[in-house]
Amino acid sequence: MDLSLLERFEQDNIVVEKLDTLINWSRANSQWYFQFGLACCAIEMMAAAAPRHDLERFGAMPRASPRQSDVMIVAGTVTLKMAERVKRLYEQMSDPKYVISMGSCANSGGPYWQHGYHVLKGVDLVIPVDVYVPGCPPRPEALLQGLLELQKKVMTETPLRKQVV
Amino acid sequence: MDLKGIFEIIKSIDGVDLDLESNFISVSPASLLELADKLKNDRDLEFDFLMCITAIDNGDSKSFTIVYNFYSNKHSHSCEVRAQLALEEEIPSLSDIWKAADWHEREAYDMMGVLFNGHPDLKRILLPQDWEGYPLRKDYKVADYYHGVPIPKDKSYWE
Amino acid sequence: MNNSNDSSIVNIDEMVLNMGPQHPSTHGVLRLKIHTDGEVVSKIEPVIGYLHRCFEKHCENLSYEQIVPFTDRCDYLASMHMDHAYSIAVEKLLDIELPERVEYIRVIIAELQRIASHLVAIGTFGLDVGAITPFTWTIRDRERVLDLFEALCGARLLYNYIWPGGVSHDLSPKFIQHTQEFLDYFETQIVEYNELLTGNKIFIERTADVGVMPSDVAVNFGVTGPSLRGSGVDYDLRKTQPYSIYDKFDFNIPVGEGKMGTVGDSWDRYWVRMVEMEESIKIIRQAISSLPDGDVHSAMPKRIRPKKGEVYSRYESARGDVGFFIQSNGKNIPMRLKMRSPAFCNLSVLGEIAEGWMISDVITILGSLDIVLGEIDR
Repeated sequence: MDLSLLERFEQDNIVVEKLDTLINWSRANSQWYFQFGLACCAIEMMAAAAPRHDLERFGAMPRASPRQSDVMIVAGTVTLKMAERVKRLYEQMSDPKYVISMGSCANSGGPYWQHGYHVLKGVDLVIPVDVYVPGCPPRPEALLQGLLELQKKVMTETPLRKQVV
Repeated sequence: MDLKGIFEIIKSIDGVDLDLESNFISVSPASLLELADKLKNDRDLEFDFLMCITAIDNGDSKSFTIVYNFYSNKHSHSCEVRAQLALEEEIPSLSDIWKAADWHEREAYDMMGVLFNGHPDLKRILLPQDWEGYPLRKDYKVADYYHGVPIPKDKSYWE
Repeated sequence: MNNSNDSSIVNIDEMVLNMGPQHPSTHGVLRLKIHTDGEVVSKIEPVIGYLHRCFEKHCENLSYEQIVPFTDRCDYLASMHMDHAYSIAVEKLLDIELPERVEYIRVIIAELQRIASHLVAIGTFGLDVGAITPFTWTIRDRERVLDLFEALCGARLLYNYIWPGGVSHDLSPKFIQHTQEFLDYFETQIVEYNELLTGNKIFIERTADVGVMPSDVAVNFGVTGPSLRGSGVDYDLRKTQPYSIYDKFDFNIPVGEGKMGTVGDSWDRYWVRMVEMEESIKIIRQAISSLPDGDVHSAMPKRIRPKKGEVYSRYESARGDVGFFIQSNGKNIPMRLKMRSPAFCNLSVLGEIAEGWMISDVITILGSLDIVLGEIDR
């Protein structure tokens, strides 16, 4: 659509749209994230939520519990000792859930790929990832773009059609 | 006080020796407790800070060196003590005298496999409890899997 | 189970509460096994190792120049201090003399980094206690310091700036002017933080007399840095064993005096950090006024290949006494590198001073110790 839903509401007070799109629109713009800050990327995630690069204007609020969140931002190096806990917390989130892998350590092991005997070379070895945000650490603006990519992905979903598992 | 002066006070303990070139005092594991007691309580030495315990693999994983760094806040002097160990030999723990030794010795055991005699709770601190092997030894080989998760060793996993 | 009918005998069991590796207020991936008797803690056991990234194994396989980005990532909130500490250790091994300009630049950068790190410590400490506004203010002011660093070397958090033998880039022409503007602005902000937090009645109730650390316990556990100075021990490496050019500057060392409660409580540790930021401003002003000219790359060795030997060098970072033990056997790769991290010893004292307090006070004490898990687990 050329204009966003909000602008169409302001133009003519009646908007006709598919139910799929409305559900996706409400889900995409209120992605509550589960703050899974592990290492240096957690500081940039904190900075992304801070006043300068406000993350909350996109609808993303930090939640401490996996049961109340939609998206899990894995920020930082995942070690083998932590990998089982990541999997367990991911399973505790309720559907629909998404994962943003932030930073090169979570994408593929980062600078520790060569001699890190205790580093998990990429969080996608234990949980499915939707968006990868590269950088070491990625700037807060990069995390914002990652969140916008996730919103675009959510807008293409079809929640009302029966999912074949 | 410089290292020579410190050595003058402790040289009555047998097993200690002074290495002026590399600036350290060497001690045998059997007399370590006696030396530590003197370092802490002697009024001219009073080393109240145990800064760091380092375990070094001497190149072939058959002998190790344990390095202790001390510092005294009262007299503003520091000294370094080294002990040589063979594989599987035990060295007394200093955790009764300086509580800082507790976690440092657990880390030396975890990374290098050095056994400390008399430690209250010698178990792994950084790695999981069921990890096999001592990673900082020179002959350590990384396993292929841990609890079902693969540990890739080179980039061929992605490329 | 007690089957007696006497209702005055109540069987109470101890509960083991797990403050898991993922928790919003454990400052990273720290696990606390807390044995509680109701709400009061009877024993705490910190479990670490969830961020063990094999730093020391990497150092045995990479050359001296390649290790600098890895030391950054150890203490990611004060990465300039880690770079500086490592560079000083390698320079002791190589025995090189640095140009004056490099030393002055390093001091300015290190003190700016100390301000940035203490801002995060104070902001998150307020967040632990329940105050959200100071966190937003301190992070906003920290962004201005990060702007200065970004103009200098291109990175916001992990700089790779201080190399053994010098620094990677010289200061840009406007850096001094922007730093002075920031310092003028920041002095007014410190007044606002003091009005908001330091004298706040609720903050004092939550932190004064909580988690008292007597000085002999602190010294025995190897605690260093602002946590030790909060207990009344006057020990700062910049004054007792000055490295670099710190002996040329005039500054004071704040020591906890128990103004609001007992000496060595959480309020003292917080207050030491606030005053240290003011002292850092003094040092930066003095360094800027006497900054000499010169070439920052003139002493940088083409290839770092130290002679055989060992060195143990100490440095005062934002968290305490960082020690680097480097053993070289003549090659361009270290034989053994061990980093003594201050937060490792600071955390080990938690089991001792947090007994007998309630669970929410444990969070206060942990926040006042200011730990960074990347440095503890390496």
